[in-house]
Amino acid sequence: MKKAFSRPQSLLDVPFHYCPGCTHGVAHRLVGEVIDELGIQDNVIGHAPVGCAVFTMDYFDFDMISAAHGRAPAVATGVKRVLPDRVVFTYQGDGDLAAIGTGEFVHAAVRGEKITCIFINNAVYGMTGGQMAPTTLPGQKTKTTPFGRDSVISGYPIKVCEMLTPLDGAAYIARAAVHSPRAIIQAKKAIKKAFQVQMAGLGFSLVEILSTCPTNWGLTPLEAVKWLEENMIPYFPLGEYKVPAAGVI
Amino acid sequence: MMEAIYIAGHGGQGTLSTGQLLANACLKEGKFVAYLPHYGVEKRGGVSNCGVTISNQQISSPFVTEPTVLIVMNNLSLERYEKAVVPGGLLITNSSLVENAVTRNDVRVVPIAANEEAERMGHPMVANNIILGALLELTGVVSVETVADSLKEVLPERHHGKIPANLQALERGAALARKHKLVDQR
Amino acid sequence: MRVLMKGNEAIGEGAVRAGCRYFFGYPITPQSELTHYLAKRLPEVGGLFLQAESEVASINMVYGAAAAGARVMTSSSGPGISLMQEGLSYLAGSELPSVIVNLMRGGPGLGNIAPSQSDYFQAVKGGGHGDYHMIVLAPNTAQEMLDTMGKAFDLADQYRNPVMVMADGIMGQMMEAVDLAGDTKIEIPPKPWATTGMAHHTGKNVINSCLVIPEEMEELNLRLEKKYKVISQKEQACDQYMLADADIVLVAFGLVSRICMSAVEKARAMGIKAGLIRPITLWPFPTELIEKTADKTRAYLTVEMNMGQMIEDVRLAVRGRAPVFHYGRLGGMVPELKDVLAEIKNLHEGGTGR
Ligand SMILES: Cc1ncc(C[n+]2csc(CCOP(=O)(O)OP(=O)(O)O)c2C)c(N)n1
Ligand code: SF4
Ligand SMILES: [Mg+2]
Repeated sequence: MKKAFSRPQSLLDVPFHYCPGCTHGVAHRLVGEVIDELGIQDNVIGHAPVGCAVFTMDYFDFDMISAAHGRAPAVATGVKRVLPDRVVFTYQGDGDLAAIGTGEFVHAAVRGEKITCIFINNAVYGMTGGQMAPTTLPGQKTKTTPFGRDSVISGYPIKVCEMLTPLDGAAYIARAAVHSPRAIIQAKKAIKKAFQVQMAGLGFSLVEILSTCPTNWGLTPLEAVKWLEENMIPYFPLGEYKVPAAGVI
Repeated sequence: MMEAIYIAGHGGQGTLSTGQLLANACLKEGKFVAYLPHYGVEKRGGVSNCGVTISNQQISSPFVTEPTVLIVMNNLSLERYEKAVVPGGLLITNSSLVENAVTRNDVRVVPIAANEEAERMGHPMVANNIILGALLELTGVVSVETVADSLKEVLPERHHGKIPANLQALERGAALARKHKLVDQR
Repeated sequence: MRVLMKGNEAIGEGAVRAGCRYFFGYPITPQSELTHYLAKRLPEVGGLFLQAESEVASINMVYGAAAAGARVMTSSSGPGISLMQEGLSYLAGSELPSVIVNLMRGGPGLGNIAPSQSDYFQAVKGGGHGDYHMIVLAPNTAQEMLDTMGKAFDLADQYRNPVMVMADGIMGQMMEAVDLAGDTKIEIPPKPWATTGMAHHTGKNVINSCLVIPEEMEELNLRLEKKYKVISQKEQACDQYMLADADIVLVAFGLVSRICMSAVEKARAMGIKAGLIRPITLWPFPTELIEKTADKTRAYLTVEMNMGQMIEDVRLAVRGRAPVFHYGRLGGMVPELKDVLAEIKNLHEGGTGR
């Protein structure tokens, strides 16, 4: 019988530490599968963020660098400039990438840095216990917005894909989600394209992945999936925001 | 130590490039030399001074706080640094711009009307090298020929067309200083 | 071949000669000429000069390039070095060889662009978070600025540690003769630990300073401590001047040490037995030599362009066996020869400095 479900070679056989129903694990698996399919496990260098995904370096079976909070795109720049023929990616949460690391990811895109950012948007700071993230929705309750995010006080969610699209250095920008089998297939396609764009030397690529954090949203895994679909997707529309000209990859 | 030279003026007078040119020539003649600039925050018109220490042995402090030679390119510089010159030292003033009287009587004062001379030569930008020519004549720290050689290295390629005018300025400064020496001897 | 070079350029050329091929940095005075020099020079040798969006990004690019096994550097001054502190701590924690140049300017705050030595504490006592040390080198001539870069990269690789080269801002502007004839052979040790992709080494490499289990973190701390001990024992370096029979000993680093040399000469001419110790490594501090002089020294005088920072390390070395005084100018002012001489005279006559 053909095995329909097996661990990608790029993922080590260790249990994830993520909470039940957390979709960080799904995103890891997709990245692992893409790296396997592209046959680049031996040539890839990944960057772990500060956030719940800080331990990705223990899960992926290839060279990994742990970066300071938000700085992964700068670290990846250093690596890629020294080793231009390797595949270099970062895996970052919304606090990491879109708050403290805003300068780093924007300027990596501005420079057209040939790296790929996998950006996990779960609308909250997971690791530190559920504080407001730059992507927290208006009205969304978090530990630091106990009455719901009030735009008068805390402004509005950051739309990373929309922001990056006009930049000339950004070659592939897409937003996906991992709340349903169909969405997961789309997400994987986007991740693969992002890596291919990098490998073709076309410029900066980023895939935003809407992800769940049942623990800090105070929901069951099922409720979380539903909440993502009903609240996040309308605010953060899915799709490819920027693609290279047809036929290039 | 042979000489501690302090060149003081304002931005745009070429004080820093004069110091660098001199330092370069000293190096060419195998001397130990240190050049230290000192300038204000303003890009143009602010304080622009430098010190050049020349020696036949390793230089300890490169700061020129007690100059053996002081060049002042404007009134303010005279006022500020006149007192610092060592007794018996040399004070060259750009008399085109320095109108105030020198109060020291224990130093040798040589006024050179550098701006007027430069105008007369048709190259207003070479006033600084007229002063440098005078300095070379009066101190003999390096030869005019070595400075002429250094010009090619110090000036960027695109300014090499200006080398003849600068050489002329050095000669003119030296001639004025010679005249002054004769007057001194009389 | 002797050429006239600015200190900033000498540092840049020294780095190139040491095999450094990557520079990441953000503009700040008074180190601009260094970046201008490398922006031209690195492409000539197949290297890369990249202007980052901030010092925070610069130091993290350094982190990445070092992780990838390259000889890499950055440079900055005051406010920029402050922004790099987080990265320096990470570099130390992940044991990444790297060279950071600080051309110190007046502070705190935005301060000014005049020369200073007020970042001594920041460099030698930490600056960033956690238990760590950088190796800190302080040249005092343009020639030494060039030579120090080779030493800095060698030490960084040898100990897998960040190395800071510190000078005051005016040293970057100072021009002196630099001999470019020397040895230009570049020997970079192999770096089997570098994250270069698994096809390029055996097994999986990880660059990391995140050890959530305290036992594991302590293990790293202990390993670092051991390394720092070895560095302390082996790498202390200093110069001495007229020290043999000195009873008044000046201690100064960088350009100030040269003002002190002149002061010592003048004091000797007046019959005062003055001498000078010039620390070349600020960390590890040359405690051993200073300690040896303690019993025959009547008084020490540290001369610094700060409120008295290195004086603490001198006192630790002397351990109360002789009084240690301080003379400093602040805010970008430079100690003057005559004032240092007056301090020496005062001490000679039994005064207490102030
Ligand atoms: C400079 C710095 N500030 C704050 C922290 C604390 N911190 C750790 S993780 C984190 C937030 C992570 O949130 P996010 O990036 O959204 O990742 P998630 O856990 O949600 O996946 C913060 C603020 C830190 N490690 N470093
Ligand atoms: S806290 Fe949230 S993001 Fe972190 S592992 Fe748990 S569910 Fe996932
Ligand atoms: Mg998050």
